[in-house]
Amino acid sequence: MDLSAISPTLLIASLMVAATPILLAAIGEMVVEKAGVLNLGVEGMMIMGAICGFIIGVETGSPWLGFLAAALGGAVLALLFGVLTQVLLSNQVATGLALTLFGLGLSALLGQGYVGVKAQTLGRIDLGPLSDLPFVGRVVFGHDPIVYLSLALVVAVWAFLKFSRAGLILRAVGESHEAAHALGYHVRRVRLAAIAFGGACAGLGGAYLSLVRVPQWTEGMTAGAGWIALAIVVFASWRAGRVLVGAYLFGGITVLQLNLQTAGAKVPVELLSAAPYLVTILVLVLISRRAGRAGAAPADLGKPFHASA
Amino acid sequence: MKFMQLMAGALSLGLASAAYADGHEPVKVGFIYVGPIGDGGWTYQHDQGRLAVEAEFGDRVETVYQELVPEGADAERAITQMALGGADIIFTTSFGYMDATNAVAAKFPDIKFEHATGYKREHPNVSTYDARFYEGRAVTGTLAGYMTETNKIGYIASFPIPEVIQGINSSFLHARKVNPDVEMVVTWAYTWFDPAKEADAARAMIDQGVDVILQHTDSTAPQAAAQEANANGGRVFTFGQASDMIQFARNDDGTPGPRIASIIDDWSPYYIERVGAVLDGTWEQQASWGGMPEGEVVIGEITEAVPAEAKAAAEEMIAAITAGDYHPFTGPINKQDGTPWLADGEVADDGTLLGMDFYVEGLTGEIPN
Repeated sequence: MDLSAISPTLLIASLMVAATPILLAAIGEMVVEKAGVLNLGVEGMMIMGAICGFIIGVETGSPWLGFLAAALGGAVLALLFGVLTQVLLSNQVATGLALTLFGLGLSALLGQGYVGVKAQTLGRIDLGPLSDLPFVGRVVFGHDPIVYLSLALVVAVWAFLKFSRAGLILRAVGESHEAAHALGYHVRRVRLAAIAFGGACAGLGGAYLSLVRVPQWTEGMTAGAGWIALAIVVFASWRAGRVLVGAYLFGGITVLQLNLQTAGAKVPVELLSAAPYLVTILVLVLISRRAGRAGAAPADLGKPFHASA
Repeated sequence: MKFMQLMAGALSLGLASAAYADGHEPVKVGFIYVGPIGDGGWTYQHDQGRLAVEAEFGDRVETVYQELVPEGADAERAITQMALGGADIIFTTSFGYMDATNAVAAKFPDIKFEHATGYKREHPNVSTYDARFYEGRAVTGTLAGYMTETNKIGYIASFPIPEVIQGINSSFLHARKVNPDVEMVVTWAYTWFDPAKEADAARAMIDQGVDVILQHTDSTAPQAAAQEANANGGRVFTFGQASDMIQFARNDDGTPGPRIASIIDDWSPYYIERVGAVLDGTWEQQASWGGMPEGEVVIGEITEAVPAEAKAAAEEMIAAITAGDYHPFTGPINKQDGTPWLADGEVADDGTLLGMDFYVEGLTGEIPN
């Protein structure tokens, strides 16, 4: 085994890339759940984002327009879920699962002509001398813009929920929609907005896969990333900072296990392959336990709301 | 009375048309694919074989296919469905369909089944066919040995089955032959097709100084990862796997690389031969294992990134294998633990190769179970 072959700089740089799709999807889903809605369709919205972003990215030649289309595609699919669950009061769990199946199927249909096509990808930003610094140059200043966008989004969501009035209303809707309604807030409107935001984030995450990380379109290419994002939200006990930890941990161990294999570590390959799931769950459970468990989940999570009730 | 006559007439007409159809009905040829036909690799090549069958026999055949069929229980359902759909011969084109193919074959004794890369022929209507990919790997391994500057080459492996282990051993032996300092790292992806994972595996290798990547997975993602590395000042080379993948023969700035050659699986001769056998009723069970001499394994264009000396060595090896003068597993070769496998001049027998479950000497790491 030659562990010195693993460069910490490159390891951290590639773990950030591997974690970004999950981070984007998870931070969006966290906002949705904070508003009291459980949307299990993250996987479907991600893959819709992946194909919408890829198609527009290929057709226009602009990855930026691709990401915009991905956010829109994810949001539109999410609003379908929103209308069904918030207006027509369908069951959230069943509708979310259906959304995943629908997204996988629809994306495969849309992507028929795009298999094996090459898209313009987003390059790393170039900050001149800053990007040439040892270690920090690559880790801090050497990524593509979406990585920074995802980190900024985490901070923005944290600040929004903690300090802004709108964030307080969103949390109130999630904790007790009856009380929020009695105070005159539009529960349904707030939730629909949160659902659309969650869909847009998932869409961005999907497009990051098809436009940057792979980069190409393949049916079913999200390969379960949406479910990982869902799990991370729960194990991170609905805190933005912990979502970041969870996503980077998962991405980090995925990349680390491949690096360990390449370096010839004397660990069974099967164990290495399972490690990202095991370690992420373990660590997040431990930090949630230490932080106290009471009231981590929004009290009205997954409950239907009707103004007449 | 009139009604009865009408019925009888209709009935006889129906019988007549059935009899007519029996003589002229096209042979229906089915294909089960593990990836999408647009994967640009393994499945794409099988589909090229299907199209070659259509071109050869025209309206005497009708082809159907189903793509993205998972290995395992779902495969049995897909094959059964194709059998019920009236297929006369079904090609199941991935190792993991082995048990499913044999299970369905037991239920449809009149339908011919052809399973790719497997070894189970439990019923008289099941044949197996494979290609000697290790012959191609000998050539790409030679090129890898010449091209590496870091003396570290990487192999993205799919599953620990004999076909993949043959490929690893053959590549490594021939890389070592031309470059005694070369080391090879093997990463098990545990998938035939998962672009994100394949890309990550390639990146991990590149990050650790691997500069030539051989892949045994089906997508072009490792090629894209190498291209990205080259765009950021790297010097990484790859080989097209299963298909030519020629679209990666240039970097974004127009310089040659990362793809410097490829192993192309050409299934067309085999598919045409076997469908032809069904057409003239001469189909019989067999185990086929063709390679370069039969034209089933072809080396794609070696690009100008390769120095003349290396290219000449590769071409010499292609010629020797095609002529039957050279077997990639010719002794002396020791197993990983140092015990002798093949004596000087001894050639590996097919039985050992088909069950290959050991590394040759010089490779590090263990084969997972």
